[in-house]
Amino acid sequence: MKNSKMQNILLSTGSYVLLLIVSLFCLAPFFFLLQSSFFPGSEMIRKGITFNVDFSKMNFDNYKLLLEGKDGIYLYWYKNSLIITLLSTVLSLFLTSMVGYGLAVYKFKGRNLLFIIVLIVMMVPVEILILPLYKLSITMKLIDTHWGAILPFVVSPFAIFFFRQYAIGLPKDFLDAGRIDGCTEYGIYFKIMMPLMLPAFGAMTILQAMGSWNSFVWPLIVLRSNEMLTLPIGLQSLITPYGNNYDLLLSGAVMSVIPIILVFIFNQKAFISGLTVGGVKG
Amino acid sequence: MSADVVRTPGLQPKKVKRKLKFKQENVAPYVFVLPFIVSFLIFFLYPIISTGIMSFQEILGPEDVKFIGLKNYQNLLNEHFYNALWVTTKYTFWTILVLIPLPILIAVLLNSKMTKGSNFFRSAFFIPALTSVIIAGLFFRLAFGEQETTLLNSILGMFGVPPKVWLQGKNTAMFAMVLLCTWRWLGVNMIYFLSGLQGIPTEQYESASIDGANAWHKFISITVPGLKPVIIYVITISVYGGYSMFAESYTMFAGPRSPGDIGLTLVNYIYQQGFNENNLGAGSAVGITLLGIVMIVNLIQLTLTGFFKKESE
Repeated sequence: MKNSKMQNILLSTGSYVLLLIVSLFCLAPFFFLLQSSFFPGSEMIRKGITFNVDFSKMNFDNYKLLLEGKDGIYLYWYKNSLIITLLSTVLSLFLTSMVGYGLAVYKFKGRNLLFIIVLIVMMVPVEILILPLYKLSITMKLIDTHWGAILPFVVSPFAIFFFRQYAIGLPKDFLDAGRIDGCTEYGIYFKIMMPLMLPAFGAMTILQAMGSWNSFVWPLIVLRSNEMLTLPIGLQSLITPYGNNYDLLLSGAVMSVIPIILVFIFNQKAFISGLTVGGVKG
Repeated sequence: MSADVVRTPGLQPKKVKRKLKFKQENVAPYVFVLPFIVSFLIFFLYPIISTGIMSFQEILGPEDVKFIGLKNYQNLLNEHFYNALWVTTKYTFWTILVLIPLPILIAVLLNSKMTKGSNFFRSAFFIPALTSVIIAGLFFRLAFGEQETTLLNSILGMFGVPPKVWLQGKNTAMFAMVLLCTWRWLGVNMIYFLSGLQGIPTEQYESASIDGANAWHKFISITVPGLKPVIIYVITISVYGGYSMFAESYTMFAGPRSPGDIGLTLVNYIYQQGFNENNLGAGSAVGITLLGIVMIVNLIQLTLTGFFKKESE
């Protein structure tokens, strides 16, 4: 008996040690990025990210640079990120919820084929299409514009899939009730069904906004001039082999992460439910 | 019978109305799905076809295009492409080897009622997934710097190991990239496995306890089989996440090029061919090859999960 008790204590101590080490690994980068953002960039070139800090050199200058450095370019990036995130989230939710609803509620010719196509598109990585999409964007005059960053991926198959899974569970009686009341099909959707789908909108708003705020590969290709870049691409452009921009880079990185972490702290459930619906359906 | 006859006159006007509505009901579904159809045709089907065609062409300028058959594919048989394929495959292999067992272990620990503070841990593990790849790239680039004082080198120093030039060596750079990937995706995979664990009925564990099974036995004979669908799903997304890796290497090496091509992935190769060498044909051939790899992985996954069986029944 005593033996198994000892074993249990060892086992649970071991598991806490493991959990603590892994959470340290997950959280430490945030701490070190924050810490480094209070030191001049020259320190970063000399030492890299380090335990070995010289507290006498600590100051807030890097955060002043966000407003003034390089003619205030950081504010342009922030503005671009906000505009693109807002537009693409609103547009994406509006369009993909309609498609998901249509696929879930109606029986029509080609529905199964369309759904299979949604799944196929979901399975193809964006990265494969960068060259032809770049060529297409030149023809459509989308290069270096906000719409260029938004349009190609705004009708996200993942969001369609998510809304479809949600809408399948909606009570069909409302549909007939609406028809008897003389609603058009669109009226039924906007007045009756869409309000019922609000929880799904909540989860998707957060996931889409996060995806678009963090989006990297496509904006890297379609946005060209410095004033048009989004935060991730702008920050990326500051990383050079000579490492001479760390002042602005580190404070800028910190300020780009903070909004998302705040949203996460207040909406944890939405993040997690958004990930798991259907994700694990095989 | 007679009741039917009585009702008939009343039905007449309704029928007309219903016919009109019937029409609208027929059109409405297509209006709802129209955004997807349009987006699919313009931003998916057309680019796929166009990259397929380009992969058989030599493109010297907008007007100067020549069909050259399979030559772009034959040209792929060079050491840069082999290297990119090898780096990508190794990266995928290591990320799967780490990002399946570790998140399963963590999910099991967090799912156990004995673990206190599991909400805190769950959030802590998930937070890295909220960041853009540039944040991860920036941190790992600086923590793996070659100076003696960087995080990794000072940790080595504690054990008396001399500092390393991490981002110049093949194996050390691979280690850094896999660690970066682990940092960003651990929490996401953990969430998948947690939701998988919730689907395993607790009675199975209870009856196993009565039979005297220990924790390890229960894990092997109940947990792992119960998680099989999730494991297959996570392996699949890891394979095509791994094979389409680009941003991690791009941010870590500050661009598409890395010393001795140690960070050259297949998508990096597409990017280099397309944007640095201006060779859209060769880049497209890599893209089509990659598409083939991803599609094979998907087919295997769908077969393993019995998708085709369900369809044919």
